[in-house]
Amino acid sequence: MANILDIRRRIRSVINTRQITKAMKMVSAAKLRRAQERALSARPYAQMLTNVLKSLVARAEIYDPETGEPKHPLLAQREEKTILLIIVTGDKGLAGAFNANILKAGARFLESKAGKNIDIEAIGRKGRDFLRRRYPAAPIQTRSLAEAEELEEVEQAARERAAALQLTGEHVGILGKVEFAQASAMAESVIRRYCREEIDSVYVVFNEFKSVIAQRLIVEQILPIEQIGEQAVRLAEEMTEEEKKKAKEAAVSAGAGLRATDGAEGSVSQFGTSQVDYIYEQPPAELFRALLPKYVSIQIFRALLESVAAEHAARMTAMDSATNNATDMIDSLTLVMNRARQAKITKEIIEIVSGAAAM
Amino acid sequence: MADTFQLEIVTPEKKVVETAAEEVQIPGKNGYLGILPGHAPLITELSVGEITFRENSTEQKLAVAWGFAEILPNKVTILAETAERPSEIDVDRARKAKERAEQRLTNGDTSVDVNRALDALHRAQVRLDVASGK
Repeated sequence: MANILDIRRRIRSVINTRQITKAMKMVSAAKLRRAQERALSARPYAQMLTNVLKSLVARAEIYDPETGEPKHPLLAQREEKTILLIIVTGDKGLAGAFNANILKAGARFLESKAGKNIDIEAIGRKGRDFLRRRYPAAPIQTRSLAEAEELEEVEQAARERAAALQLTGEHVGILGKVEFAQASAMAESVIRRYCREEIDSVYVVFNEFKSVIAQRLIVEQILPIEQIGEQAVRLAEEMTEEEKKKAKEAAVSAGAGLRATDGAEGSVSQFGTSQVDYIYEQPPAELFRALLPKYVSIQIFRALLESVAAEHAARMTAMDSATNNATDMIDSLTLVMNRARQAKITKEIIEIVSGAAAM
Repeated sequence: MADTFQLEIVTPEKKVVETAAEEVQIPGKNGYLGILPGHAPLITELSVGEITFRENSTEQKLAVAWGFAEILPNKVTILAETAERPSEIDVDRARKAKERAEQRLTNGDTSVDVNRALDALHRAQVRLDVASGK
């Protein structure tokens, strides 16, 4: 029979652990709320940009009337020889299967594109650590996409590959506070490489986040742009019912809202869509050229924001079930302890009774 | 004819301004534009500069960097990459950015991307101007 003191000690330690997981859950819930707000406030800009681009598509003659070829390099479809895959994970763990699931989806995507050259760009420490162990680094790492590669030698070296699958860059520690400037620096670098035909297409793997109960893991094609305003989703994994239920319970107990992040306001979605003949200060084609890179930036920005929100939601859910498990464990340990105590008392009584009988 | 129009200034991070304004001046790519209520529909790209708008007869300024604007008779919507009120501007940072850009332009190094440095200089200058209330 286990020692009562030992059991009591274990219960105390589990109670402590439960306190920590509970606190982490509340912290994640608060962070989630903030992340959700940020994602929400990025919405109007993205929506307006999309609307203007859409209306420009109709007017700017972006396709060559004779050949049907698009005039803008970002719309050009090329044969996929080299692919850039951006994998967005979190910087920290303890978020359930969040990071593992993203990396699994990434691996599945890599399988589906087997035989092609793939450059991998890791965002988030967890993803970087995993990918660095598996794939060799490119001869020259971009490290920070913001740095302009000005030297000729760098560009030369960038064309030599370490292997078919290689890691070309990593971004760690930017997820704490996602800024548009970072997303747009990334987009610039991606666009530069795309225009120089170093890469023929760009995909992002991330956890899309609409609300706590509406999330999915997707691989989205960012370049070439196929249809403005339409997501080009290549692989998607919805939440299972069980996951949804768990996430919902966690959100309710932590007081985080279930509100969705994509309710674009009516007035905003009207931007640039009025049925009037606008005066264009610049020729539409020029405007279009200036806007398209911003479209890529905003898509990357959105991926980062949603991934951050999803990470916090995942951590909140994981910590909620950890707290529940701790509670269950305390209950069962208490039961064992009571049993042990009773057994001890019973034993003592028997000893006394048999002692008395022997006299 | 109404004497105000609705003005919205939006950045990727948040909605900066949402108000009824009497007049707004925006830094169009081909020069500043003054907009009054009832303006003809227009779409323009913005450059780096300051937006001045009048609301209840008081003038307010914002520093903006790149964006575009849609103008309708009763509504002006401005999408800017950054839009900062004078109180939000980090003067120290802008001053340092200005010094850095000036240094780049004057040290005679040919590897410097002159356009980029000029842009940076311009942005820093606009921020400083707006912050000092000029």
